Amino acid sequence: MLKIENLHARVEGKDILKGLTLSVGAGEVHAIMGPNGAGKSTLGNVLSGRDGYEVTEGSVTFNGVDLLSLEPEERAAAGMFLAFQYPVEIPGVNNTYFLRAALNAQRKQRGEKELDSMQFLKLVREKLKIMQISDELLHRAVNEGFSGGEKKRNEIFQMAVLEPKLAILDETDSGLDIDALKQVAQGVNALRSAERGFLVITHYQRLLDYIEPDFVHVLADGRIVESGDKTLALKLEAQGYAWVNDKDPALTGASA
Amino acid sequence: MTTAHDDTKNTMTTETTVRSDLSATTLRDNVEVAEALGRRYEAGFVTDIETEYLPAGLSEDIVRQLSALKKEPEWMTEWRLKAYRHWLTMPTPDWAKLKLTPIDYQSISYYAAPKSGPKSLDEVDPKLLETYDKLGVPLHERAKLAGVAVDAVFDSVSVGTTFRKELAEAGVIFCSMSEAIREHAELVQKYLGSVVPVGDNFFAALNSAVFSDGSFVFIPKGVRCPMELSTYFRINAINTGQFERTLIVCEDDAYVSYLEGCTAPMRDENQLHAAVVELVALERAQIKYSTVQNWYPGDENGVGGIYNFVTKRGDCRGNDSKISWTQVETGSAITWKYPSCVLRGDRSVGEFYSVALTHHRQQADTGTKMIHIGKGTKSKIVSKGISAGRSSNSYRGLVKVEKGAEGARNYTQCDSLLIGKKCGAHTFPYMEVKNPTAIVEHEATTSKISDDQLFYCRSRGIGEEDAVSMIVDGFCKQVFRELPMEFAVEAKKLLEVSLEGAVG
Repeated sequence: MLKIENLHARVEGKDILKGLTLSVGAGEVHAIMGPNGAGKSTLGNVLSGRDGYEVTEGSVTFNGVDLLSLEPEERAAAGMFLAFQYPVEIPGVNNTYFLRAALNAQRKQRGEKELDSMQFLKLVREKLKIMQISDELLHRAVNEGFSGGEKKRNEIFQMAVLEPKLAILDETDSGLDIDALKQVAQGVNALRSAERGFLVITHYQRLLDYIEPDFVHVLADGRIVESGDKTLALKLEAQGYAWVNDKDPALTGASA
Repeated sequence: MTTAHDDTKNTMTTETTVRSDLSATTLRDNVEVAEALGRRYEAGFVTDIETEYLPAGLSEDIVRQLSALKKEPEWMTEWRLKAYRHWLTMPTPDWAKLKLTPIDYQSISYYAAPKSGPKSLDEVDPKLLETYDKLGVPLHERAKLAGVAVDAVFDSVSVGTTFRKELAEAGVIFCSMSEAIREHAELVQKYLGSVVPVGDNFFAALNSAVFSDGSFVFIPKGVRCPMELSTYFRINAINTGQFERTLIVCEDDAYVSYLEGCTAPMRDENQLHAAVVELVALERAQIKYSTVQNWYPGDENGVGGIYNFVTKRGDCRGNDSKISWTQVETGSAITWKYPSCVLRGDRSVGEFYSVALTHHRQQADTGTKMIHIGKGTKSKIVSKGISAGRSSNSYRGLVKVEKGAEGARNYTQCDSLLIGKKCGAHTFPYMEVKNPTAIVEHEATTSKISDDQLFYCRSRGIGEEDAVSMIVDGFCKQVFRELPMEFAVEAKKLLEVSLEGAVG
């Protein structure tokens, strides 16, 4: 579904990704782990098309389409979703209104019929049930005054409604206490399906206790240096990232 | 992002001026967004109707001719002449620091009226109706459906008033000012100029001398006006200054909601618009006055736009009365407008909710004045300014608490949103507090539409243009909430249109 080949990208003139290669198939959950500054968030931003990230080499195809040639909103319509590490507040814009506008914008781009408010409301009610989220969240402005946990849950809720083919979770566990983490993971697990792929970007193994990955990759200095199954994450947890750096002489001493 | 925040109490004058080019690195995209704002004026078309003019120029003779053309009684002619003579003694005000080519008052024709004098809608020139159609004015059947009575002012003479009967049954008078001068002379004599005196300011004096027409509303004791009253203004004759005069009087325990909306066709000359609106609220009366203004702002270089110099003032004359101004302003080359409340009655309440959007080279200097005179008077000000292009958008407000205004209370909130790097937002809150028990609060913020917000929306599938209008809409929510339902929809659409063509 997602094929990343030899991806090089830079931010503000600095090379961050240096030849990253990765494939995600439908129904698979891939975890990307790595030390700070390895390029984890850059990967999420490049894939979703954020401005300021310049791809200098390599290619990314998403279901056969050249992803890098698409605008962010086109990528969304194609089925790409990024759960933000820091969800953005949009004061005065109602959460439900925002979500309906997003869903209908995507449907329109895909040539599907837009949902009217009744249909949309029905969909939202179903998803609320799955996510175990109170509908109080819906009546507030997008992320405005939300706690850290509420923001992350709102991201997962948006994902549930938008039903993407590929979901990228960018450090979704950061800043969450254990209860909030469990809730978020529960939501994600409810959305796992044979058609949907996940790219779970995280610094800590903790999240993977609750979202069990099929594959774990270690990202260091802009490329994948190690891949394995979930036991790799446990090894990382036990030994830290230092041993990874040993594999890459360029990084020795840079694990802080 | 630049954020100005201050919280002031008691006697104080603060001045915050934020130029958006401070944070040059923040936004690359906003330049595109700003370019996008360069939409064409949608309501730009001219209706070809025979027009009757007075020759250009202004003199006592012209004032007399104008009054005669309108078949006005002697007292009205004298009233106008008094205003004219006063106007001659006044200098053109220049305190707002506007970039303005001097206005040649002798080149303006002060009267233009459609030649035929229609007595009912059936007699109205079909072309005129067509114009209203283009603007989406619900003049005939649509008006009934929408429950809105429309007193449409086309150029200078009122051409049609709907729902007269229904209103008459409730005892409400809603007619053109010309008609009121003839039919309701006593009321007009009693209240006209009682809120904005003829010599109040330069443009009010000019208006008093040469006003062509406008609306008159009178709600008698205890009557709640059964529908929202609405007037659509439209400037449509070359070189004809538009001088509207509106007077709304609510007697004890009466209530009215009045809507005013405007668009204008494309023009090359700058057109002067100097309206005067007077509101009088007696004991426990409430007046809600809402405006959506979309006059031609001029082209990208600011050429040809409307000059909008308006005096709007409400007088809470009775105890426990309330006057509320809500405005959405997107038009005009230069806007100069400070709808004000004189809180004379004890416990009277004044409110001002405003959205002003400027782009290209538009200059807007708007705000309000709240004059607290009665005891326990309250006022609330919520101002939202949106600047794009090379425009300049200022909030200028005065909160004045007189000695006797025991326990007066004011809350002011001014928020500015900047789009692009060449626009400016300024806040000038003046406060004069002469009573120590008064509490006066002021809060101000300045922000930009952030890259993060835009990207967040886009990553969810919402295109850049829609994202911008969604964010702007959210920014204005507090004000839109105050508008009557249909008007809120219209206002929202107006902002969308104003932001259209944004990206590309």
